[in-house]
Amino acid sequence: MDSVESLITHIQGLSGCPEDVSHLHSLLKQEEDSLQSQGSRLGSFLHLLDPSKHSLGYLYFLEAHTSGSVVKEEASGFLNIVANFINACSAEQIQVAPDKFVSICKRFKEQVMQLQVPIQGIAPLLVAIRKLQPSPEHLTALHPDFLLLCLLAKCYKAGLSILDDDISEIDQPKDFFLYCYYGGMIYIGLKRFHKALEFLRHATTSPMPAIHAVAVEAYKKYILVSLIQNGQLPNFPKYTSSAAQRYLKLYSQPYVDLASSYGTGKISELQSCFNSNVEKFKNDNNVGLVKQVLSSLYKRNIQRLTQTYLTLSLQDIANTVELEDAKQAEMHVLQMIQDGEIFATINQKDGMVSFHEDPEQYKTCEMIQHLDSSIARIMGISKKLKAVEESIACDPSYVTKAGRERTRLDFDDFDSVPQKFLV
Amino acid sequence: MEDDEGGAMAEEAIVANGGEEEERRSSKAMVSSEQIDVEAYAALYTGHTKVIRLFFIADHCGNEAVQVEALRMAYDEIKKTENTQLHREVVQKIGGRLRPEYGLDQAWVDAIEHRFQLKKDKLENELSGYKTNLIKESIRMGFNDFGDFYYAHGHLGEAFKSYVRTRDYCTSSKHIIQMCLNVILVSIEMGQFMHVSNYVGKAEQTPEVQDPIIVAKLRCALGLAHLEAKHYKLAARKFLDTNPELGNNYTEVIAPQDVATYGGLCALACFDRTELKNKVIDNINFRNFLELVPEIRELIHDFYASRYASCLEYLENLKPNLLLDIHLHDHVETLYDQIRHKAIIQYTHPFISVDLHTMASAFKTTVAGLQKELEALITDNQIQARIDSHNKILYARHADQRNTTFQRVLQNGSEFEREVHAMLLRANLIKHEYTNRASKKL
Repeated sequence: MDSVESLITHIQGLSGCPEDVSHLHSLLKQEEDSLQSQGSRLGSFLHLLDPSKHSLGYLYFLEAHTSGSVVKEEASGFLNIVANFINACSAEQIQVAPDKFVSICKRFKEQVMQLQVPIQGIAPLLVAIRKLQPSPEHLTALHPDFLLLCLLAKCYKAGLSILDDDISEIDQPKDFFLYCYYGGMIYIGLKRFHKALEFLRHATTSPMPAIHAVAVEAYKKYILVSLIQNGQLPNFPKYTSSAAQRYLKLYSQPYVDLASSYGTGKISELQSCFNSNVEKFKNDNNVGLVKQVLSSLYKRNIQRLTQTYLTLSLQDIANTVELEDAKQAEMHVLQMIQDGEIFATINQKDGMVSFHEDPEQYKTCEMIQHLDSSIARIMGISKKLKAVEESIACDPSYVTKAGRERTRLDFDDFDSVPQKFLV
Repeated sequence: MEDDEGGAMAEEAIVANGGEEEERRSSKAMVSSEQIDVEAYAALYTGHTKVIRLFFIADHCGNEAVQVEALRMAYDEIKKTENTQLHREVVQKIGGRLRPEYGLDQAWVDAIEHRFQLKKDKLENELSGYKTNLIKESIRMGFNDFGDFYYAHGHLGEAFKSYVRTRDYCTSSKHIIQMCLNVILVSIEMGQFMHVSNYVGKAEQTPEVQDPIIVAKLRCALGLAHLEAKHYKLAARKFLDTNPELGNNYTEVIAPQDVATYGGLCALACFDRTELKNKVIDNINFRNFLELVPEIRELIHDFYASRYASCLEYLENLKPNLLLDIHLHDHVETLYDQIRHKAIIQYTHPFISVDLHTMASAFKTTVAGLQKELEALITDNQIQARIDSHNKILYARHADQRNTTFQRVLQNGSEFEREVHAMLLRANLIKHEYTNRASKKL
């Protein structure tokens, strides 16, 4: 009892400036066990603390209080408390004890999922992420949880603000893989297949010492999205880990079969392959995506026709692409023109479609601006790359290793490594 | 007797163009051959290849009369050699359709096989004698005689081995060349053209290869090897380089008419216009060969002068005979397709727009068929054009360089960004893993 109250006084007193905060932090760490043991009683003390000024103390108390399982009646109350805290807390104080903060948010997320109201969790978690990140380029443990909630609630646009940040600093590889996988799925939901491909590629080709389920699932979706976007099976770049190269294809055999029947360009083959594997696709929850692959084959075939013909009758289009009749062909072509995937005009009197060249002349102001901004971005990235390279070159462990190998090489090598680094 | 049976089994596997004769027989291209004159054709060749070619004609032509005629000539020819296996085969194929004197001559067979045994023992004794004496020249000649002996009896595998063994005992370049030519002959008959290429290479590396006939023989052999391997361009070059002194000196393998045919067709299928003009039309040496087969000469000139209809007509007329040629029949279809595609591409090249009706009549085909062919060529990127299917016109299309450059630049830019970004992420992950490992060690 006393210890708790004395703690509260400490918290109230020492939450002013950063040195006090670190002093407080060490105090709190000492008292952590006693706090844990008295967890259930701490709820009543919470109102004595102000979440915005005493964030660190509040954090410890809250974490100890909620470490047990939450009773159903208190569940919504719990959610409110945590949401309040997240919105009110100060970023500097919680960054002192990030793992406590993360564990609170994770519990929050689990509650939200248990109560099946994922949409309630989205806004608080978004705030939480922004406060936890030292900079927008950091990946936190909360990112994948947040994206998961967005997926479950089908609020894809909410996830976009997080996804648009380019990540450069990663804490935990596991978070990264989940982040890429969920991010890819969100982009698929938004039909931005280009970005989805990028994310799924990260998930499958990043270094992994051993293969794991996230990579396998990501690879399955990667194949499907690659078929929709590019029309072919993706190949592994050189830097993919050997475990991935060997096993990923093994675990996704039905998808590889689908890709090979897609390659033939015939709808009937693709359809039969789909029918034979439909159970497996259902188990992976990929049926919707596979249906999109099917419709993309029609589009691809029609696009190929634009390369060979200037004008073509609707009936011929229907025959070549294996559609049922000219009416269906007309609908498909109309849809593609509206989506901007081909440039054509339909002459309904003759039943003819005339294909045109891409009218983009690259002469407009917007195009110049686009080029300009691209150049600026690329220069920025190049600078970053150079900085990373320099930092690695100065890293003592690298220099040691390079120095070790250097002695095996040509003796006349002028780049001599300082003696102390030669082992 | 058992030894002979064993030998016969082995030779069944090796003989006649690498054992694929069986498959070729089953895929009989029934060819109408009113035009082929078996006697005249066979008169061009000598030795084993004559028999093989006659067999091939008998198997692949659809005409009973021609078949029987070919088999009769084969029978006569086989009697001149000492190959009992082939004798049995030809009798089986004739199946009593000819006069009774064309039946199995058992007495002859027995006599040959008896002589075979005797001669073989004699040669073996001689050879072991030479080996103990260690006189290089006699050993070489002993192996050479063995090779000739086996070859005459149709034991090609043994013949090949014996000829190859003479290599160790060759002392002059003349010997080496003789050895190479023998091996080449046996290899061609066995259908193992890898060896042909090897040994032609060896022969050409020998210093003092002066005799133009031998040079011509080697070039022809190499040309045949390339043809079998479907390297049509190389085959064409070799055949075109053959000098006319070849004449009738290599009829146990190839006739000069064949040099003209093979060389001409391969050149037409593979060379572009300048090469065609320089190497074929203006080639004085090759002109001697072309005189022997005027149709090939005419069709090459027609192609060059863009008279496609008559060129394709000549090709169609020649087709039945070419399908009966042992070296060419697999490749006829491919070569013809290539020639036809080249003709179409050459036709459309100089124009901005082409009316499909005129083109169809120039190529003697229907507009629909022509449209399909053009579609395939355009998709393959061999013709830069687009089809106006409504008005049936083909429009040439030249890609706008400026636009494509812009597109490529933008694409490269975004790819670069993506790649570098991914690289930085990966570097980060690896660094993290490294620090993890390092901290674990500590």
